[in-house]
Amino acid sequence: MTDQTLNRQIDTAAREGESPVIQPPVAKRGLIGWLRANLFSTWYNSIVTLLLLYLLLQIVPGMIDWVFLSAVWTPASAEVCRAASGACWAFIHEKYRLILFGTYPFAEQWRPTLAVAIFLALILSSCNRLFWKPWLGLAWIVGLVAVAVLMYGGVLGLTLVPTTRWGGLPLTLMLATFGLAFGFPLGILMALGRRSNMPALRLLSVGYIELIRGVPLITVLFMAMVMFPLFLPQGVSINNLLRAQIGIILFASAYLAEVVRGGLQAIPKGQYEAADSLGLSYWQKTGLIILPQALRISIPPLVNTFIGFFKDTSLVLIIGLFDLVGAAKTALTDPAWRGFYRESYFFIAIIYFVFCYSMSKYSQYLEKKLNVGTRR
Amino acid sequence: MSMAIEKTAAAGASIIQMNGVNKWFGEFHVLKDINLAVERGERIVICGPSGSGKSTMIRCINALEEHQRGKIVVDGIELTSNLKNIDAIRREVGMVFQQFNLFPHLTVMENLTLAPIWVRKVPKKEAEETAMYFLERVRIPEQAQKYPGQLSGGQQQRVAIARSLCMKPKIMLFDEPTSALDPEMVKEVLDTMVGLAEEGMTMLCVTHEMGFARTVADRVIFMDFGEIVEQNVPESFFGNPQSDRLKLFLSQILH
Repeated sequence: MTDQTLNRQIDTAAREGESPVIQPPVAKRGLIGWLRANLFSTWYNSIVTLLLLYLLLQIVPGMIDWVFLSAVWTPASAEVCRAASGACWAFIHEKYRLILFGTYPFAEQWRPTLAVAIFLALILSSCNRLFWKPWLGLAWIVGLVAVAVLMYGGVLGLTLVPTTRWGGLPLTLMLATFGLAFGFPLGILMALGRRSNMPALRLLSVGYIELIRGVPLITVLFMAMVMFPLFLPQGVSINNLLRAQIGIILFASAYLAEVVRGGLQAIPKGQYEAADSLGLSYWQKTGLIILPQALRISIPPLVNTFIGFFKDTSLVLIIGLFDLVGAAKTALTDPAWRGFYRESYFFIAIIYFVFCYSMSKYSQYLEKKLNVGTRR
Repeated sequence: MSMAIEKTAAAGASIIQMNGVNKWFGEFHVLKDINLAVERGERIVICGPSGSGKSTMIRCINALEEHQRGKIVVDGIELTSNLKNIDAIRREVGMVFQQFNLFPHLTVMENLTLAPIWVRKVPKKEAEETAMYFLERVRIPEQAQKYPGQLSGGQQQRVAIARSLCMKPKIMLFDEPTSALDPEMVKEVLDTMVGLAEEGMTMLCVTHEMGFARTVADRVIFMDFGEIVEQNVPESFFGNPQSDRLKLFLSQILH
């Protein structure tokens, strides 16, 4: 549209007493236009684009060749695999049950399979807002008891499997789920405690958070293994897995407390005053007004912490528990299949990625859903 | 509950009594020997330069600010550090803020029914009927299912007034209710407040709306440097100010 026609339109509109309807300028469309705007807008952008293109050409074909084209896909012996230049997926075919379930008795591995299915069902149904009803809490209790019974056995004709033989994906899911399910509420309480008016409570919370945050997770796990039994009376021992789980819960709660505190600090003072002036009690004010808003703001850093902890559970390897990473390492100790570590780690990397990426995607969805009200 | 609350004054006496109330923010003496008695149904407008302690004074009435010396009795209940007394007083005293302070994560309807349901234990259906009644009184019943962020400033402030009224308070405190509003929205909020005043609500308003003070107030109070400098019925307050400080203040705000 030329300036003259535009002016004429405005003139006409002004004469008729209404504002002119003017179309926005037509964007430069098409593939060339897109490339121009996004990849070659300036000379330095063009150089970066070309450099990245060169790097991709160097890396991607080789990877595709290794993963797909030259890979051994059918069940085959280790010798066949060694002869091939690509990945040996026959190794995964041979060992996937060991990687997924660790040293859990082979004949009983339907039990951890079912346990993982229960975990996934619980987690997925909790993601749907339609299911956010009181019975969901009940479902979690029933589900987790079912998981414990399935894994441990000893009742209902199931043979007893000691926790030392648990491993792989169910162990990773268990450590992460329990760690966050108990660590999150504990973290919220610590965050509230840190902002409390009561000096003793505040001191306790600050001390707890700073102490736990001040040491690495590995140290906490070692403490749980080595130091903790010293504090127990003679003859009493607590299961290794439980000790590690408690260590993870404590560690997660300290980190989550700081994330939640960040959200709490973002709530304007007026919200507290409005709740006070309406006569709401401290817990009503916190539960109905402050936390719903604070947690909503905290979703991105919360999910960041969740994802971090899901992966950090792999540190239990150090104290002799065989989670997914531990089991993958174990699979490599078979003399017949030594050396296929790339395939083994690639496989568990994909499993980790699926879980972490889902969490990330879900958090984006949740943010969008929950922001309906506050968006203008 | 009510057993534990000492009734220190007989019914029929002033609904709010402040005797020798003092407050400091750190070293700053923000309220100096405030003595004030408010009768039932009385409408009081409080004005004064910024920083004169007028907001702080009305915020002491529902314990959003704690006074450090003196005595405050609201509806026969003395305001002490006893949480039961504070809760009992807050149930009877509504407050409207300059910044509205609606709960942004709840719909208008949920904003209005939250306190009646949780504090007064009113059944949900009854609370919603009351909420609709007050939304109609502030003339925005059609906004009930919207979120505060979707309303204009004037509408939000009217929702805030309705939210306080849903608790059926005996006293309403207004802390500069129109100061954060665009000029064209001031009137709709003032109209709502005038309507409320005509029904006999006990009201204390901190405001710079002198037109409102003239037409509605039974008494206008002028505060400066943490003191009540002068108080009078509107005609005398505006027509025949006594102190120099009030004369100066009036000359500054009434052009």
